[in-house]
Amino acid sequence: MADMLLRLAGVHTHIGPYHILQDVTLDVPRGGVAVLLGRNGAGKSTTLRTIMGLWRASAGEILFDGKAIHSLATPEIARSGIAYVPENMGVFSDLTVAENMRLAAVDGPFDARRLAWIKELFPPIATFWDKTAGTLSGGQKQMLSVARAIIEPRRLILIDEPSKGLAPAIIASMTSALRELKETDTTILLVEQNFAMASALGDTVSVMDDGRIVHAGDMRALAADAGLQEQLMGLSLEEHQ
Amino acid sequence: MSETAIRPKLVGPTPLERVRRAAPLLLAPVMALAGLAAIGDPSVWLTLTVAGLAMGLMIFIMASGLTVVFGLMDVINFGHGAFVSVGAFVGFTVLAWLAGWTQSPAVILNLAAVFLAILASMAITGALGLAFERVIVKPVYGHHLKQILVTMGGLIVAQQLIHVVWGPDAIHVARPQSLQGSFIFGEAAIEKYRVFAVGIGLVLFLAMRHVLRATRLGLLVRAGVENGEMVEALGYRIRRLFLLVFMAGSALAGLGGVMWGLYQETITAHMGSEIMVLVFVVVIIGGLGSIEGCFIGALLVGLLANYMAFLAPKIALVSTIALMVGVLMWRPQGLYPVVKAK
Ligand SMILES: Nc1ncnc2c1ncn2[C@@H]1O[C@H](COP(=O)(O)OP(=O)(O)OP(=O)(O)O)[C@@H](O)[C@H]1O
Ligand SMILES: [Mg+2]
Repeated sequence: MADMLLRLAGVHTHIGPYHILQDVTLDVPRGGVAVLLGRNGAGKSTTLRTIMGLWRASAGEILFDGKAIHSLATPEIARSGIAYVPENMGVFSDLTVAENMRLAAVDGPFDARRLAWIKELFPPIATFWDKTAGTLSGGQKQMLSVARAIIEPRRLILIDEPSKGLAPAIIASMTSALRELKETDTTILLVEQNFAMASALGDTVSVMDDGRIVHAGDMRALAADAGLQEQLMGLSLEEHQ
Repeated sequence: MSETAIRPKLVGPTPLERVRRAAPLLLAPVMALAGLAAIGDPSVWLTLTVAGLAMGLMIFIMASGLTVVFGLMDVINFGHGAFVSVGAFVGFTVLAWLAGWTQSPAVILNLAAVFLAILASMAITGALGLAFERVIVKPVYGHHLKQILVTMGGLIVAQQLIHVVWGPDAIHVARPQSLQGSFIFGEAAIEKYRVFAVGIGLVLFLAMRHVLRATRLGLLVRAGVENGEMVEALGYRIRRLFLLVFMAGSALAGLGGVMWGLYQETITAHMGSEIMVLVFVVVIIGGLGSIEGCFIGALLVGLLANYMAFLAPKIALVSTIALMVGVLMWRPQGLYPVVKAK
Protein backbone atom coordinates (compact mmCIF):
# COMPACT_ATOMS: atom_id res chain seq x y z
CA MET A 1 0.00 0.00 0.00
CA ALA A 2 1.24 3.49 -0.82
CA ASP A 3 2.05 5.97 1.90
CA MET A 4 -1.22 7.07 3.51
CA LEU A 5 -1.53 10.43 5.21
CA LEU A 6 -5.01 9.75 6.57
CA ARG A 7 -6.64 6.41 7.32
CA LEU A 8 -10.11 5.72 8.61
CA ALA A 9 -10.54 2.16 9.77
CA GLY A 10 -13.92 0.73 10.76
CA VAL A 11 -15.33 4.14 11.70
CA HIS A 12 -18.88 4.35 13.02
CA THR A 13 -20.65 7.63 13.77
CA HIS A 14 -23.92 8.08 15.58
CA ILE A 15 -25.87 11.33 15.49
CA GLY A 16 -28.32 11.14 18.35
CA PRO A 17 -30.24 7.91 17.82
CA TYR A 18 -29.16 7.56 14.18
CA HIS A 19 -26.36 5.27 13.12
CA ILE A 20 -24.97 7.26 10.19
CA LEU A 21 -21.48 5.99 9.37
CA GLN A 22 -21.32 2.22 9.43
CA ASP A 23 -17.86 0.76 9.28
CA VAL A 24 -16.22 3.34 7.05
CA THR A 25 -12.70 2.56 5.90
CA LEU A 26 -10.99 5.18 3.80
CA ASP A 27 -7.41 5.95 2.78
CA VAL A 28 -6.01 9.25 1.61
CA PRO A 29 -2.60 8.94 -0.08
CA ARG A 30 0.03 11.50 0.86
CA GLY A 31 0.37 14.29 -1.69
CA GLY A 32 -2.65 13.19 -3.69
CA VAL A 33 -6.30 14.03 -4.08
CA ALA A 34 -8.74 11.47 -2.76
CA VAL A 35 -12.30 11.98 -3.91
CA LEU A 36 -15.33 10.89 -1.94
CA LEU A 37 -18.42 10.41 -4.06
CA GLY A 38 -21.94 9.34 -3.27
CA ARG A 39 -25.52 10.40 -3.64
CA ASN A 40 -27.27 12.88 -1.36
CA GLY A 41 -27.45 11.70 2.22
CA ALA A 42 -24.80 9.01 1.69
CA GLY A 43 -22.72 10.27 4.61
CA LYS A 44 -19.95 12.23 2.89
CA SER A 45 -20.25 15.37 4.99
CA THR A 46 -20.63 13.25 8.10
CA THR A 47 -17.33 11.57 7.24
CA LEU A 48 -15.52 14.92 7.02
CA ARG A 49 -17.15 16.16 10.21
CA THR A 50 -16.11 13.00 11.98
CA ILE A 51 -12.50 13.46 10.85
CA MET A 52 -12.63 17.05 12.22
CA GLY A 53 -14.03 15.82 15.53
CA LEU A 54 -17.27 17.76 15.02
CA TRP A 55 -19.04 14.43 15.37
CA ARG A 56 -17.32 11.85 17.48
CA ALA A 57 -16.62 8.41 16.05
CA SER A 58 -18.35 5.87 18.24
CA ALA A 59 -16.05 3.08 17.07
CA GLY A 60 -13.05 2.60 14.82
CA GLU A 61 -9.93 4.66 14.42
CA ILE A 62 -8.77 7.68 12.50
CA LEU A 63 -5.04 7.91 11.96
CA PHE A 64 -3.46 11.10 10.70
CA ASP A 65 0.15 10.58 9.72
CA GLY A 66 0.14 7.47 11.87
CA LYS A 67 -1.22 9.24 14.94
CA ALA A 68 -4.69 8.52 16.33
CA ILE A 69 -6.80 11.67 16.25
CA HIS A 70 -10.29 10.30 16.84
CA SER A 71 -10.33 11.18 20.51
CA LEU A 72 -8.83 14.67 20.13
CA ALA A 73 -10.94 17.82 20.35
CA THR A 74 -11.62 19.73 17.13
CA PRO A 75 -9.12 22.56 17.79
CA GLU A 76 -6.36 20.04 18.42
CA ILE A 77 -7.21 18.15 15.25
CA ALA A 78 -7.03 21.41 13.32
CA ARG A 79 -3.72 22.33 14.94
CA SER A 80 -2.26 18.96 14.02
CA GLY A 81 -2.37 20.18 10.43
CA ILE A 82 -5.84 19.67 8.98
CA ALA A 83 -7.85 22.46 7.37
CA TYR A 84 -11.56 22.19 6.73
CA VAL A 85 -13.80 23.78 4.11
CA PRO A 86 -17.31 22.85 5.25
CA GLU A 87 -20.32 22.33 3.06
CA ASN A 88 -21.88 25.64 4.17
CA MET A 89 -18.47 27.31 3.72
CA GLY A 90 -18.35 28.55 7.31
CA VAL A 91 -17.54 32.11 6.27
CA PHE A 92 -17.91 34.62 9.11
CA SER A 93 -20.33 36.96 7.39
CA ASP A 94 -20.10 39.76 9.94
CA LEU A 95 -16.32 39.99 9.50
CA THR A 96 -14.44 41.37 6.52
CA VAL A 97 -12.58 39.16 4.07
CA ALA A 98 -9.33 40.34 5.67
CA GLU A 99 -10.58 39.48 9.15
CA ASN A 100 -11.70 36.05 8.01
CA MET A 101 -8.24 35.47 6.64
CA ARG A 102 -6.60 36.84 9.76
CA LEU A 103 -8.43 34.38 11.99
CA ALA A 104 -7.52 31.53 9.66
CA ALA A 105 -3.85 32.40 10.04
CA VAL A 106 -3.68 30.90 13.51
CA ASP A 107 0.11 31.03 13.74
CA GLY A 108 0.33 34.79 13.43
CA PRO A 109 0.89 37.38 10.70
CA PHE A 110 0.43 36.47 7.05
CA ASP A 111 3.25 35.08 4.99
CA ALA A 112 3.34 37.79 2.32
CA ARG A 113 4.32 35.46 -0.53
CA ARG A 114 1.62 32.97 0.32
CA LEU A 115 -0.98 35.70 0.53
CA ALA A 116 0.09 37.05 -2.84
CA TRP A 117 -0.22 33.55 -4.30
CA ILE A 118 -3.73 33.17 -2.87
CA LYS A 119 -4.80 36.54 -4.23
CA GLU A 120 -3.58 35.42 -7.63
CA LEU A 121 -5.44 32.13 -7.29
CA PHE A 122 -8.63 33.89 -6.19
CA PRO A 123 -8.65 37.52 -7.41
CA PRO A 124 -11.88 38.42 -5.54
CA ILE A 125 -9.98 37.94 -2.28
CA ALA A 126 -7.81 40.90 -3.25
CA THR A 127 -10.66 42.96 -4.69
CA PHE A 128 -12.94 42.56 -1.69
CA TRP A 129 -10.24 42.45 0.96
CA ASP A 130 -11.90 45.06 3.17
CA LYS A 131 -15.51 44.18 2.37
CA THR A 132 -17.82 42.41 4.75
CA ALA A 133 -17.79 38.72 3.87
CA GLY A 134 -21.57 38.53 4.15
CA THR A 135 -21.88 40.69 1.03
CA LEU A 136 -19.88 38.28 -1.15
CA SER A 137 -21.57 36.10 -3.74
CA GLY A 138 -21.76 32.34 -3.23
CA GLY A 139 -18.78 31.67 -5.47
CA GLN A 140 -16.73 34.37 -3.78
CA LYS A 141 -17.56 32.93 -0.37
CA GLN A 142 -16.45 29.51 -1.58
CA MET A 143 -13.16 31.04 -2.70
CA LEU A 144 -12.75 32.73 0.67
CA SER A 145 -13.44 29.48 2.44
CA VAL A 146 -10.77 27.66 0.42
CA ALA A 147 -8.40 30.62 0.76
CA ARG A 148 -8.75 30.45 4.54
CA ALA A 149 -7.87 26.80 4.48
CA ILE A 150 -4.62 27.41 2.63
CA ILE A 151 -3.39 30.71 4.10
CA GLU A 152 -1.00 28.68 6.18
CA PRO A 153 0.48 25.43 4.92
CA ARG A 154 -1.54 22.47 6.14
CA ARG A 155 -0.76 18.84 5.53
CA LEU A 156 -4.33 17.89 4.73
CA ILE A 157 -7.30 19.84 3.45
CA LEU A 158 -10.85 18.53 3.68
CA ILE A 159 -13.14 20.18 1.14
CA ASP A 160 -16.88 19.55 1.10
CA GLU A 161 -18.50 20.11 -2.29
CA PRO A 162 -16.72 23.25 -3.48
CA SER A 163 -18.84 23.24 -6.65
CA LYS A 164 -22.15 23.33 -4.83
CA GLY A 165 -24.44 25.99 -6.26
CA LEU A 166 -21.76 27.53 -8.45
CA ALA A 167 -22.06 28.54 -12.09
CA PRO A 168 -20.15 26.30 -14.53
CA ALA A 169 -17.56 28.97 -15.28
CA ILE A 170 -16.81 29.40 -11.59
CA ILE A 171 -16.57 25.62 -11.16
CA ALA A 172 -13.96 25.55 -13.91
CA SER A 173 -11.88 28.21 -12.25
CA MET A 174 -12.25 26.56 -8.84
CA THR A 175 -11.05 23.33 -10.43
CA SER A 176 -7.96 24.95 -11.85
CA ALA A 177 -7.24 26.63 -8.52
CA LEU A 178 -7.46 23.30 -6.74
CA ARG A 179 -5.26 21.71 -9.38
CA GLU A 180 -2.65 24.35 -8.71
CA LEU A 181 -2.99 23.64 -5.01
CA LYS A 182 -2.49 19.96 -5.70
CA GLU A 183 0.79 20.78 -7.41
CA THR A 184 2.09 22.22 -4.15
CA ASP A 185 2.02 18.72 -2.67
CA THR A 186 -0.92 19.46 -0.42
CA THR A 187 -3.01 16.39 0.29
CA ILE A 188 -6.71 16.88 -0.33
CA LEU A 189 -9.77 14.87 0.61
CA LEU A 190 -12.45 16.18 -1.70
CA VAL A 191 -16.16 15.51 -1.42
CA GLU A 192 -17.65 16.26 -4.79
CA GLN A 193 -20.78 15.41 -6.77
CA ASN A 194 -19.64 17.15 -9.92
CA PHE A 195 -18.00 14.29 -11.77
CA ALA A 196 -16.08 16.52 -14.17
CA MET A 197 -14.41 18.27 -11.27
CA ALA A 198 -13.96 15.04 -9.34
CA SER A 199 -12.35 13.19 -12.21
CA ALA A 200 -10.18 16.16 -13.20
CA LEU A 201 -8.63 16.34 -9.74
CA GLY A 202 -8.87 12.90 -8.17
CA ASP A 203 -6.13 10.32 -7.90
CA THR A 204 -8.16 7.85 -5.90
CA VAL A 205 -11.88 7.61 -5.36
CA SER A 206 -14.18 6.12 -2.78
CA VAL A 207 -17.89 5.84 -3.28
CA MET A 208 -20.26 5.89 -0.33
CA ASP A 209 -23.81 4.77 0.00
CA ASP A 210 -25.95 4.58 3.11
CA GLY A 211 -23.05 5.27 5.40
CA ARG A 212 -20.79 2.60 3.92
CA ILE A 213 -17.96 2.60 1.41
CA VAL A 214 -19.21 0.62 -1.57
CA HIS A 215 -16.25 1.10 -3.87
CA ALA A 216 -12.64 2.22 -3.54
CA GLY A 217 -10.07 2.44 -6.27
CA ASP A 218 -8.33 4.48 -8.89
CA MET A 219 -10.12 7.59 -10.17
CA ARG A 220 -9.02 7.03 -13.74
CA ALA A 221 -10.43 3.52 -13.74
CA LEU A 222 -13.81 4.71 -12.55
CA ALA A 223 -13.85 7.62 -14.97
CA ALA A 224 -13.23 5.22 -17.85
CA ASP A 225 -15.88 2.72 -16.79
CA ALA A 226 -19.39 4.00 -17.42
CA GLY A 227 -20.82 0.64 -16.46
CA LEU A 228 -19.23 0.76 -13.05
CA GLN A 229 -20.45 4.30 -12.54
CA GLU A 230 -23.93 3.19 -13.44
CA GLN A 231 -23.75 0.31 -11.03
CA LEU A 232 -22.36 2.41 -8.18
CA MET A 233 -24.46 5.46 -8.47
CA GLY A 234 -27.57 4.25 -10.17
CA LEU A 235 -27.05 6.48 -13.18
CA SER A 236 -24.11 7.34 -15.31
CA LEU A 237 -22.34 10.29 -13.76
CA GLU A 238 -21.76 11.65 -17.23
CA GLU A 239 -25.47 12.35 -17.44
CA HIS A 240 -25.05 14.76 -14.57
CA GLN A 241 -23.03 17.19 -16.59
CA MET B 1 -8.17 30.85 -12.91
CA SER B 2 -9.78 32.08 -16.08
CA GLU B 3 -10.17 35.81 -16.22
CA THR B 4 -13.81 35.99 -17.23
CA ALA B 5 -15.08 33.62 -14.64
CA ILE B 6 -13.99 35.55 -11.63
CA ARG B 7 -14.17 39.13 -12.85
CA PRO B 8 -15.07 40.50 -9.44
CA LYS B 9 -18.39 42.16 -9.07
CA LEU B 10 -19.40 43.90 -5.91
CA VAL B 11 -22.58 42.54 -4.43
CA GLY B 12 -22.99 45.22 -1.81
CA PRO B 13 -26.09 45.90 0.25
CA THR B 14 -28.83 47.64 -1.68
CA PRO B 15 -29.86 51.13 -0.49
CA LEU B 16 -33.02 49.60 0.98
CA GLU B 17 -30.99 47.12 3.01
CA ARG B 18 -28.80 49.96 4.22
CA VAL B 19 -31.86 51.82 5.48
CA ARG B 20 -33.19 48.69 7.14
CA ARG B 21 -29.88 48.16 8.87
CA ALA B 22 -29.59 51.77 9.99
CA ALA B 23 -33.21 52.16 11.08
CA PRO B 24 -32.63 51.01 14.68
CA LEU B 25 -29.98 53.73 15.09
CA LEU B 26 -32.71 56.32 14.67
CA LEU B 27 -34.90 54.84 17.38
CA ALA B 28 -33.20 56.52 20.34
CA PRO B 29 -33.32 60.03 18.79
CA VAL B 30 -36.92 59.40 17.74
CA MET B 31 -37.76 58.32 21.26
CA ALA B 32 -36.10 61.46 22.64
CA LEU B 33 -38.07 63.69 20.26
CA ALA B 34 -41.31 61.92 21.06
CA GLY B 35 -40.50 62.44 24.72
CA LEU B 36 -40.01 66.15 24.12
CA ALA B 37 -43.34 66.36 22.33
CA ALA B 38 -45.15 64.52 25.11
CA ILE B 39 -43.50 66.34 28.00
CA GLY B 40 -43.50 69.83 26.52
CA ASP B 41 -41.28 71.56 29.05
CA PRO B 42 -37.71 71.46 27.65
CA SER B 43 -35.97 71.70 31.01
CA VAL B 44 -37.96 68.83 32.49
CA TRP B 45 -37.29 66.92 29.30
CA LEU B 46 -33.54 67.59 29.54
CA THR B 47 -33.43 66.37 33.11
CA LEU B 48 -35.33 63.21 32.24
CA THR B 49 -33.30 62.58 29.11
CA VAL B 50 -30.00 62.71 30.95
CA ALA B 51 -31.47 60.44 33.62
CA GLY B 52 -32.69 58.07 30.91
CA LEU B 53 -29.32 57.97 29.17
CA ALA B 54 -27.54 57.35 32.48
CA MET B 55 -29.91 54.56 33.38
CA GLY B 56 -29.73 53.10 29.88
CA LEU B 57 -25.95 53.07 29.84
CA MET B 58 -25.78 51.39 33.24
CA ILE B 59 -28.19 48.74 32.05
CA PHE B 60 -26.08 48.36 28.93
CA ILE B 61 -23.00 47.69 31.06
CA MET B 62 -24.86 44.98 32.94
CA ALA B 63 -26.50 43.50 29.84
CA SER B 64 -23.50 43.41 27.49
CA GLY B 65 -21.89 40.40 29.16
CA LEU B 66 -25.16 38.51 29.26
CA THR B 67 -25.88 38.94 25.57
CA VAL B 68 -22.41 37.85 24.44
CA VAL B 69 -22.48 34.86 26.78
CA PHE B 70 -25.73 33.81 25.17
CA GLY B 71 -24.51 34.48 21.66
CA LEU B 72 -21.30 32.54 22.05
CA MET B 73 -22.41 29.39 23.82
CA ASP B 74 -26.19 29.59 23.90
CA VAL B 75 -25.99 29.80 27.67
CA ILE B 76 -28.89 31.41 29.49
CA ASN B 77 -27.59 32.79 32.75
CA PHE B 78 -30.35 33.70 35.17
CA GLY B 79 -27.68 34.17 37.82
CA HIS B 80 -26.16 37.21 36.11
CA GLY B 81 -27.89 39.48 38.62
CA ALA B 82 -25.78 37.97 41.40
CA PHE B 83 -22.72 39.70 39.99
CA VAL B 84 -24.56 43.02 40.01
CA SER B 85 -25.43 42.66 43.70
CA VAL B 86 -22.03 41.37 44.75
CA GLY B 87 -20.35 44.14 42.76
CA ALA B 88 -22.48 46.75 44.49
CA PHE B 89 -21.66 45.42 47.96
CA VAL B 90 -17.94 45.12 47.28
CA GLY B 91 -17.97 48.64 45.87
CA PHE B 92 -19.81 49.90 48.93
CA THR B 93 -17.27 48.25 51.23
CA VAL B 94 -14.34 49.83 49.44
CA LEU B 95 -16.00 53.24 49.43
CA ALA B 96 -16.66 52.88 53.16
CA TRP B 97 -12.97 52.10 53.76
CA LEU B 98 -12.04 55.12 51.71
CA ALA B 99 -14.49 57.42 53.52
CA GLY B 100 -11.67 59.93 54.03
CA TRP B 101 -11.32 60.22 50.26
CA THR B 102 -15.00 60.26 49.39
CA GLN B 103 -15.75 62.99 51.89
CA SER B 104 -12.82 65.12 50.87
CA PRO B 105 -13.66 68.13 48.71
CA ALA B 106 -10.84 67.15 46.32
CA VAL B 107 -12.43 65.86 43.09
CA ILE B 108 -9.40 63.74 42.33
CA LEU B 109 -9.67 61.84 45.63
CA ASN B 110 -13.40 61.29 45.09
CA LEU B 111 -12.83 59.86 41.64
CA ALA B 112 -9.90 57.76 42.81
CA ALA B 113 -12.13 56.22 45.47
CA VAL B 114 -14.83 55.38 42.92
CA PHE B 115 -12.29 53.88 40.54
CA LEU B 116 -10.75 51.76 43.28
CA ALA B 117 -14.20 50.58 44.27
CA ILE B 118 -14.92 49.69 40.65
CA LEU B 119 -11.59 47.89 40.23
CA ALA B 120 -12.09 45.87 43.40
CA SER B 121 -15.61 44.83 42.52
CA MET B 122 -14.62 43.92 38.96
CA ALA B 123 -11.77 41.81 40.26
CA ILE B 124 -14.01 40.00 42.70
CA THR B 125 -16.99 39.52 40.39
CA GLY B 126 -14.62 38.44 37.60
CA ALA B 127 -13.15 35.78 39.88
CA LEU B 128 -16.63 34.82 40.99
CA GLY B 129 -17.58 34.51 37.32
CA LEU B 130 -14.71 32.10 36.82
CA ALA B 131 -15.93 29.90 39.66
CA PHE B 132 -19.56 30.22 38.56
CA GLU B 133 -18.75 29.13 35.02
CA ARG B 134 -16.59 26.18 36.04
CA VAL B 135 -18.83 24.89 38.81
CA ILE B 136 -22.36 25.82 37.79
CA VAL B 137 -22.54 26.50 34.05
CA LYS B 138 -20.01 24.07 32.58
CA PRO B 139 -21.89 20.90 33.57
CA VAL B 140 -25.04 22.10 31.80
CA TYR B 141 -23.72 23.30 28.42
CA GLY B 142 -26.39 22.68 25.82
CA HIS B 143 -29.33 22.19 28.21
CA HIS B 144 -31.42 25.34 28.48
CA LEU B 145 -33.83 24.18 31.14
CA LYS B 146 -31.03 22.93 33.36
CA GLN B 147 -29.17 26.20 32.79
CA ILE B 148 -32.13 28.22 33.95
CA LEU B 149 -32.69 26.12 37.06
CA VAL B 150 -29.06 25.81 38.01
CA THR B 151 -28.14 29.45 37.45
CA MET B 152 -31.19 30.57 39.42
CA GLY B 153 -29.96 28.32 42.19
CA GLY B 154 -26.58 30.02 41.96
CA LEU B 155 -28.32 33.39 42.24
CA ILE B 156 -30.12 32.38 45.41
CA VAL B 157 -26.92 31.09 46.97
CA ALA B 158 -25.14 34.34 46.12
CA GLN B 159 -27.95 36.42 47.63
CA GLN B 160 -27.82 34.38 50.82
CA LEU B 161 -24.06 34.78 50.96
CA ILE B 162 -24.50 38.54 50.72
CA HIS B 163 -26.87 38.34 53.68
CA VAL B 164 -24.25 36.39 55.61
CA VAL B 165 -21.42 38.81 54.87
CA TRP B 166 -23.20 42.18 54.87
CA GLY B 167 -26.37 41.44 56.81
CA PRO B 168 -29.96 41.27 55.55
CA ASP B 169 -30.79 44.99 55.55
CA ALA B 170 -30.67 47.51 52.76
CA ILE B 171 -27.58 49.67 53.01
CA HIS B 172 -27.37 53.35 52.20
CA VAL B 173 -24.51 54.29 49.89
CA ALA B 174 -23.35 57.89 49.96
CA ARG B 175 -22.06 59.39 46.74
CA PRO B 176 -18.65 61.04 46.99
CA GLN B 177 -18.72 64.81 47.62
CA SER B 178 -18.15 66.01 44.09
CA LEU B 179 -20.73 63.62 42.63
CA GLN B 180 -23.49 64.98 44.86
CA GLY B 181 -25.83 67.74 43.80
CA SER B 182 -26.71 69.00 40.37
CA PHE B 183 -25.53 71.17 37.54
CA ILE B 184 -28.01 73.90 36.72
CA PHE B 185 -28.65 74.72 33.07
CA GLY B 186 -31.22 77.50 32.94
CA GLU B 187 -34.21 75.90 34.59
CA ALA B 188 -32.99 72.34 34.24
CA ALA B 189 -31.23 70.61 37.11
CA ILE B 190 -29.03 67.73 36.09
CA GLU B 191 -27.58 65.47 38.73
CA LYS B 192 -23.80 65.38 38.52
CA TYR B 193 -23.74 61.66 39.11
CA ARG B 194 -25.90 61.06 36.04
CA VAL B 195 -23.47 62.96 33.85
CA PHE B 196 -20.66 60.92 35.36
CA ALA B 197 -22.55 57.68 34.65
CA VAL B 198 -23.18 58.71 31.05
CA GLY B 199 -19.47 59.43 30.65
CA ILE B 200 -18.40 56.06 32.06
CA GLY B 201 -21.03 54.25 30.01
CA LEU B 202 -19.96 55.86 26.76
CA VAL B 203 -16.27 55.24 27.39
CA LEU B 204 -17.03 51.59 28.12
CA PHE B 205 -19.19 51.20 25.05
CA LEU B 206 -16.47 52.65 22.83
CA ALA B 207 -13.82 50.50 24.47
CA MET B 208 -15.93 47.39 24.01
CA ARG B 209 -16.57 48.27 20.40
CA HIS B 210 -12.86 48.73 19.85
CA VAL B 211 -12.04 45.36 21.39
CA LEU B 212 -14.71 43.62 19.32
CA ARG B 213 -13.71 45.25 16.06
CA ALA B 214 -9.99 45.69 16.20
CA THR B 215 -8.50 42.93 18.30
CA ARG B 216 -8.03 39.29 17.45
CA LEU B 217 -9.89 38.33 20.61
CA GLY B 218 -12.83 40.48 19.60
CA LEU B 219 -12.88 39.02 16.10
CA LEU B 220 -12.91 35.55 17.61
CA VAL B 221 -15.84 36.45 19.83
CA ARG B 222 -17.81 37.82 16.87
CA ALA B 223 -16.90 34.86 14.70
CA GLY B 224 -17.79 32.49 17.54
CA VAL B 225 -21.22 34.04 17.99
CA GLU B 226 -21.96 33.34 14.33
CA ASN B 227 -20.32 29.93 13.95
CA GLY B 228 -18.57 28.41 16.93
CA GLU B 229 -17.86 25.17 15.11
CA MET B 230 -15.88 26.92 12.42
CA VAL B 231 -13.87 28.82 15.02
CA GLU B 232 -12.95 25.45 16.52
CA ALA B 233 -12.20 23.97 13.12
CA LEU B 234 -9.70 26.77 12.57
CA GLY B 235 -7.91 25.65 15.72
CA TYR B 236 -9.24 27.88 18.52
CA ARG B 237 -10.60 26.52 21.77
CA ILE B 238 -13.98 28.14 21.99
CA ARG B 239 -14.62 27.03 25.56
CA ARG B 240 -11.58 28.92 26.73
CA LEU B 241 -12.79 31.95 24.82
CA PHE B 242 -16.19 31.52 26.40
CA LEU B 243 -14.73 31.34 29.89
CA LEU B 244 -12.89 34.58 29.26
CA VAL B 245 -16.05 36.25 27.99
CA PHE B 246 -18.02 34.93 30.93
CA MET B 247 -15.49 36.42 33.35
CA ALA B 248 -15.46 39.74 31.51
CA GLY B 249 -19.26 39.80 31.47
CA SER B 250 -19.37 39.09 35.20
CA ALA B 251 -16.84 41.82 35.90
CA LEU B 252 -18.90 44.26 33.83
CA ALA B 253 -22.01 43.27 35.79
CA GLY B 254 -20.04 44.00 38.96
CA LEU B 255 -19.07 47.40 37.59
CA GLY B 256 -22.69 48.01 36.69
CA GLY B 257 -23.61 47.06 40.25
CA VAL B 258 -21.31 49.71 41.72
CA MET B 259 -22.67 52.34 39.36
CA TRP B 260 -26.27 51.29 39.95
CA GLY B 261 -25.80 51.26 43.72
CA LEU B 262 -24.45 54.80 43.65
CA TYR B 263 -27.33 55.82 41.39
CA GLN B 264 -30.01 54.37 43.68
CA GLU B 265 -28.01 55.28 46.79
CA THR B 266 -29.33 52.09 48.36
CA ILE B 267 -28.17 48.54 47.88
CA THR B 268 -29.81 45.22 48.70
CA ALA B 269 -28.95 41.59 47.97
CA HIS B 270 -31.90 41.55 45.57
CA MET B 271 -31.02 44.64 43.56
CA GLY B 272 -29.36 42.47 40.92
CA SER B 273 -32.33 40.23 40.33
CA GLU B 274 -34.65 43.25 40.29
CA ILE B 275 -32.72 45.04 37.59
CA MET B 276 -32.43 41.79 35.61
CA VAL B 277 -35.99 42.25 34.37
CA LEU B 278 -34.88 45.34 32.45
CA VAL B 279 -31.60 43.68 31.50
CA PHE B 280 -33.43 40.78 29.86
CA VAL B 281 -35.81 43.18 28.12
CA VAL B 282 -32.80 45.01 26.70
CA VAL B 283 -31.04 41.83 25.59
CA ILE B 284 -34.18 40.62 23.84
CA ILE B 285 -34.88 43.97 22.19
CA GLY B 286 -31.34 44.15 20.90
CA GLY B 287 -31.27 40.63 19.48
CA LEU B 288 -29.70 37.87 21.54
CA GLY B 289 -25.94 38.07 21.07
CA SER B 290 -25.79 41.56 19.55
CA ILE B 291 -23.76 44.25 21.33
CA GLU B 292 -24.99 47.08 19.09
CA GLY B 293 -28.56 45.99 19.56
CA CYS B 294 -28.03 45.75 23.29
CA PHE B 295 -26.69 49.31 23.34
CA ILE B 296 -29.65 50.75 21.44
CA GLY B 297 -32.14 48.66 23.42
CA ALA B 298 -30.63 49.92 26.68
CA LEU B 299 -30.92 53.56 25.62
CA LEU B 300 -34.54 53.03 24.57
CA VAL B 301 -35.46 51.34 27.83
CA GLY B 302 -33.66 53.96 29.92
CA LEU B 303 -35.31 56.87 28.13
CA LEU B 304 -38.76 55.32 28.06
CA ALA B 305 -38.66 54.33 31.73
CA ASN B 306 -37.78 57.90 32.75
CA TYR B 307 -40.26 59.64 30.46
CA MET B 308 -43.04 57.32 31.57
CA ALA B 309 -42.15 57.69 35.23
CA PHE B 310 -42.91 61.37 34.74
CA LEU B 311 -45.86 61.10 32.35
CA ALA B 312 -47.66 58.05 33.75
CA PRO B 313 -45.83 56.61 36.75
CA LYS B 314 -48.28 53.77 37.17
CA ILE B 315 -47.44 52.18 33.85
CA ALA B 316 -43.71 52.97 33.76
CA LEU B 317 -42.56 49.36 34.11
CA VAL B 318 -45.28 47.98 31.88
CA SER B 319 -44.24 50.44 29.19
CA THR B 320 -40.81 48.84 28.83
CA ILE B 321 -42.42 45.45 28.36
CA ALA B 322 -44.76 47.03 25.79
CA LEU B 323 -41.69 48.45 24.05
CA MET B 324 -40.22 44.97 23.88
CA VAL B 325 -43.41 43.54 22.44
CA GLY B 326 -43.56 46.35 19.88
CA VAL B 327 -39.97 45.81 18.78
CA LEU B 328 -40.51 42.07 18.48
CA MET B 329 -43.59 42.61 16.34
CA TRP B 330 -41.49 44.75 14.04
CA ARG B 331 -38.41 42.53 14.17
CA PRO B 332 -39.07 39.15 15.75
CA GLN B 333 -35.36 38.46 16.25
CA GLY B 334 -34.68 41.84 17.86
CA LEU B 335 -33.18 45.01 16.41
CA TYR B 336 -29.98 43.33 15.19
CA PRO B 337 -30.65 39.65 14.68
CA VAL B 338 -27.43 37.73 15.06
CA VAL B 339 -26.64 35.61 12.03
CA LYS B 340 -26.23 32.04 13.15
CA ALA B 341 -24.68 29.46 10.86
CA LYS B 342 -27.12 26.73 9.75
N1 LIG C 1 -27.54 16.70 12.44
C1 LIG C 1 -28.09 15.57 11.95
N2 LIG C 1 -29.05 14.92 12.65
C2 LIG C 1 -29.61 13.79 12.18
N3 LIG C 1 -29.27 13.21 11.03
C3 LIG C 1 -28.32 13.80 10.30
C4 LIG C 1 -27.68 15.00 10.71
N4 LIG C 1 -26.77 15.35 9.79
C5 LIG C 1 -26.86 14.40 8.83
N5 LIG C 1 -27.77 13.47 9.13
C6 LIG C 1 -28.14 12.31 8.32
O1 LIG C 1 -26.98 11.61 8.01
C7 LIG C 1 -27.03 11.12 6.70
C8 LIG C 1 -25.78 11.54 5.97
O2 LIG C 1 -25.77 12.94 5.84
P1 LIG C 1 -24.58 13.71 5.17
O3 LIG C 1 -24.83 15.17 5.33
O4 LIG C 1 -23.30 13.18 5.68
O5 LIG C 1 -24.76 13.30 3.65
P2 LIG C 1 -23.98 13.79 2.37
O6 LIG C 1 -23.43 12.60 1.72
O7 LIG C 1 -23.03 14.87 2.72
O8 LIG C 1 -25.17 14.35 1.49
P3 LIG C 1 -25.23 15.65 0.52
O9 LIG C 1 -24.68 15.21 -0.78
O10 LIG C 1 -26.68 15.93 0.42
O11 LIG C 1 -24.46 16.74 1.15
C9 LIG C 1 -28.31 11.63 6.09
O12 LIG C 1 -29.24 10.60 6.10
C10 LIG C 1 -28.73 12.74 7.00
O13 LIG C 1 -30.13 12.80 7.06
MG1 LIG D 1 -22.92 16.80 2.34
